[in-house]
Amino acid sequence: MAEEVESVIERPSMDVDIACVGFGPAMGGFLTTLSRGLVDEDGIAIADSTAITGMPPQVICYERADDIGFGVSGVVTRARAIRATFPDFDPENVPMAASVATGKLVYLLDPIGASRRPFAMRIADRALNLFKPLLPVRHSALEIPFAPAFLHKGDGFVLSLGQFNQWVGSQLMAGGNVQIWPGMPVAEPLLDGQRVTGIRLMDQGTDRHGDPETGFMAGMDIHAALTVVGDGPVGAIGMQLDEAFGLPKGNQQREWAVGMKFVIDLPDDTALQPGTVFHTLGYPEPEIFGFLYVHPGHVASVGIFVPSWFDSPVRTSYRYLQHFVQHPYLWQFLEGGRLRSWGAKSLQESGKRGEPFLALDGCARIGEGSGSTNVLTNSGVDEAWFTGTLLAEGVLELLRTHLPFTRENLDEVYTARRRASWLEPELKMGEHARDGFQHGFLTGMAGMALTGLSDGILNLHVKAKRPHENIRSLEDFYRGRLDVSEIDAIRQNCHSHNHSLHDALMTRCGWPEIALDGQLLVSLQDALLMGGKVQAPAGFRDHVTFRSEEACHTCGARTCIEICSGEAITAGEGGLPAFDREKCVHCGACMWNCTQADAEGRTNLVFRAGAGGLHSAEN
Amino acid sequence: MANPLHIVVCGSIVPDPLQTLEPITTPTGPGLKNDLMLPAVFDPWAAHALFEAANLVKQFPGSRLWLVSMGPKAKLQQVMMTIAQKVPFELVAIDGPAHGFTDAHETAALLADAIAAIPDLDRSSLLLFGGWESASRGAGVTLQIVGERLGITDQFQGVDQITLSDNGSFEVMERVEGGKHLVSHCAGTPALLGWATGNLGEPRNDPQVGMKNMRVVMPALQKAKQATLSAEGLTYLQVQLPQQQRQTRIVKNMPADEIAAEIVEWISRS
Repeated sequence: MAEEVESVIERPSMDVDIACVGFGPAMGGFLTTLSRGLVDEDGIAIADSTAITGMPPQVICYERADDIGFGVSGVVTRARAIRATFPDFDPENVPMAASVATGKLVYLLDPIGASRRPFAMRIADRALNLFKPLLPVRHSALEIPFAPAFLHKGDGFVLSLGQFNQWVGSQLMAGGNVQIWPGMPVAEPLLDGQRVTGIRLMDQGTDRHGDPETGFMAGMDIHAALTVVGDGPVGAIGMQLDEAFGLPKGNQQREWAVGMKFVIDLPDDTALQPGTVFHTLGYPEPEIFGFLYVHPGHVASVGIFVPSWFDSPVRTSYRYLQHFVQHPYLWQFLEGGRLRSWGAKSLQESGKRGEPFLALDGCARIGEGSGSTNVLTNSGVDEAWFTGTLLAEGVLELLRTHLPFTRENLDEVYTARRRASWLEPELKMGEHARDGFQHGFLTGMAGMALTGLSDGILNLHVKAKRPHENIRSLEDFYRGRLDVSEIDAIRQNCHSHNHSLHDALMTRCGWPEIALDGQLLVSLQDALLMGGKVQAPAGFRDHVTFRSEEACHTCGARTCIEICSGEAITAGEGGLPAFDREKCVHCGACMWNCTQADAEGRTNLVFRAGAGGLHSAEN
Repeated sequence: MANPLHIVVCGSIVPDPLQTLEPITTPTGPGLKNDLMLPAVFDPWAAHALFEAANLVKQFPGSRLWLVSMGPKAKLQQVMMTIAQKVPFELVAIDGPAHGFTDAHETAALLADAIAAIPDLDRSSLLLFGGWESASRGAGVTLQIVGERLGITDQFQGVDQITLSDNGSFEVMERVEGGKHLVSHCAGTPALLGWATGNLGEPRNDPQVGMKNMRVVMPALQKAKQATLSAEGLTYLQVQLPQQQRQTRIVKNMPADEIAAEIVEWISRS
C-alpha cells in the first residue's frame, strides 16, 4: 500500500494477552499444553488477563488458510512428543491415521533411461540388473534389506496432518480457553524498537496491489504481551522477524525442498495394508527422494521432495511426481487408483543451522520456522509439536509467577528448556548430515551415512550455497545432451505458444509424455481443481510480488516460473513473470528458487502473507 | 422508523462442496463416504440470508439476530470460527445430523421447537430467514414447514431483496421465471423469507465481531441439545451426484465472446 494511503488509514486495534500466528503442529502443541494449564483443578484461571479486566488470559490464534486443516501435509512420525501430550492417543479417533505396520527403504532404478544418473550410479544400476536373479530386485527396484536405525519410524503413526490438525483444533475450541480464527492472514509483526508488540492483520477489500477498494477494511492491530510465531518455513511473520533481527551468528537458511504429494484412492483389491511406509531414492532423478504412506480405507499419500541443491533449472515437481508414481515398483500398487487430493509445501531443510532467535522481547518462535526439523531422520512434525509444548510450559511458568515476556525470561523458560530436552542433541547430531549433497547425490548419501552411523561424531563439512547458486543455466545443465541452438529454439517455441518450457525439455530428453487418464494422471490445472481445490478469496493483495522489474528482465533462468507448483507464475507480458493468485498453493518455493538475489541475499521475489490456497483437509 | 426486528436465520452446515463427495449407503441410510473427515462450510444459501439479516439489524437499532443451526457439534464449532467473524449474531445450536438425508418434517419440527424456545423472542416482530435452497440436498420444503409450525403464513421464496418502510410494512422481491422478480407488499411481520442470493457481498472477516460472537457462541455450543431424528418411514431409492465432466485448456488473450462460444459448443456436445 502507498505510504500516503497508509498514513490516513484509521486502524482498529484490539488487546489480547497472547497472539499466535499460524495453526500447524507446533501451534497445536503450544495451544493444547497452554489451554490445559491456564486454569487450575478448580477451574480458576492461573493469571488474570492484562488485556481485559476480570477475564482469564485471552489467547487468539490467526491462521492464513480457510480452515485449520488446510494447506498442510501428510507424514509418518514417531510421535514421541504427540504421545506425551496425548498418552492415550488412539489412531482410530483421527481419520486417516494408522500405526506404522511395515517400513521399507527402496532404491528405484531408472526404467526409461531419462534420469540423469552419475557414472557410478549407472554402473551400480547395471550391476543390479545383471545380478537381478540373485538379488531382491523386482519391478525395477531394490528393496534395501536393512534401513539404518536413524530412519526407523516403526513405533510411530502415519497421519494426515490436515485431519490431525482438525482433531486437535476441535478439542482446543471445545475447551474454550483459546480461540483459533482461520481465513485471517497476518500481514506483519508490530515492532517497537527491539520489542515485538503484536501483529497486524491483513487489509481486506483491496486490489491486487493492496490499495483500498470498495468494502475496504483496514487490517486490525492486535496488541499482545506475547506473540507466538509458528507460521512455518515461508511464513510472512517469521521471515520479517528474521529480516529485522537477523539470525544468530553462524546460522543460515539455505537448504530447502519442495514436497509435493498426491492422496490416492487405491484400487479396492490393493495388497497394501494401512500403516505401510515406503521411502524411496534414485528416481525420477537421483536427487529426488520419494515416499508412499498407506492410510486406512485404501488411501495412500505418495510424494516426492525436490531439494534446493538439485542443480536443474527444470524443476517442475508436478511432472516429476507423475513419473514417480508411474515407476513400476509404485505403479504395481497405484495403477487403477484415483486422485483424491494434491498439494505442495516448502520444507526448511537447514534444520538446527536455520534456527532464528527463539526468544525476543514479547515474542517466541516455534515449529519448522524455528529450525526444529531433524534433517538426518527426515522428521519435523513431532519435533515442531514438541517446541510448542516446551514454549507453553515456559509461558505457564511466567504467567504463574507474574513475570513479563521479556527476551531474558523467555530464554530462561523456553530456550533453556529446548536446549535441555531430547530435541537439542538430536538436532545437533543431524546439523551437518546433508552437507555432502552440496557436492552431489553420492557425496550426499555418503555424508548422511557417515553422520547417521557415527551418531553425528563424523560429518562431511561443506559450506552450503544459496539455492540460486546451485541452479545452473539451461545451456550448462543440458551440455552434451542438447546444443545451445536447440535449447533456444525450444525456449522460443514455448514462449510464443505459452507452453511449459520444462515439459518440452523433459520430453526432448527422453521423459515420455504423460498419458493423462483423467483419474490419477491429470493435468496440473485439473489437479488444482480436483485435488488442491485451490481458492483465493477476493479483496486481498497479491502475496507474490517482484522487487525489481529490471532484475526479472535480465533473469535468464526464470526458475520461479519453472518451479511454480500450481502454474500460478507464468510468463506474462514481455516474458516477465506474471502471478495469478487464484492458482497459488502457497508452497513458497518460488521465493527460495528465485535466482535474482540482492547483496543481502534477499531474492527478488517477495513472498508475503496471503489468503486462500489449498482447500483440502486430506493432505 | 420501523420497530426493532427480531430476525431468526435457519442455517446449517454442509460438506464443503469443493471436496470429493461420494454418496454411499450406511446402516442408517444414505450418507457420504468419509463423512467424518470432510470439512464443512456454512450453507451458502443460508449465508446470504444471514448477511441480509445482519444488514437489516444494523439499519434498525434495537433489532436482534439469532442463528439457529443444526449440525454435528464438533463440525458446527469449526464452521462457527469462520462464520462468526462475518456478522454479529446469537447462536442457537442443535447437535444433530447435517448430511442432508434427514426427513424435512422432522428437521423442521426440531428447528421450530428451538425457535419457539428462544427467550425474549417477540414473534409479532419476527422475520424468519433461511436459504430457499441448500448446498447439501435441498428438500425445498423445510423452511416452509418451520414457518407453518410457527404459524407464519406470509411466506416468500427466492427472495433477492426486502425493503422496509417506516410503518413496519415491507416490499419483497421474489425470483420468478424469465429472469424477472415478483414484487409483493406485506403489511408487516411476522413473515418468512427464503433467500436466493440477495444483493450483498460476503462481509469481510472482522476480528472484533469474532471476539464478540465467541462470548455467546461457545456457551451456545456447550448447551447444544442432541437431536434424534428417527427417519421412520423414509426410504431413498437412489442417491447420486450430478455427473461431472472436466476438460481444462489454458488460453491467453482470448476474447470473452470466443470463450463463451466455445463453452456453448462444448456443452452442446456433452
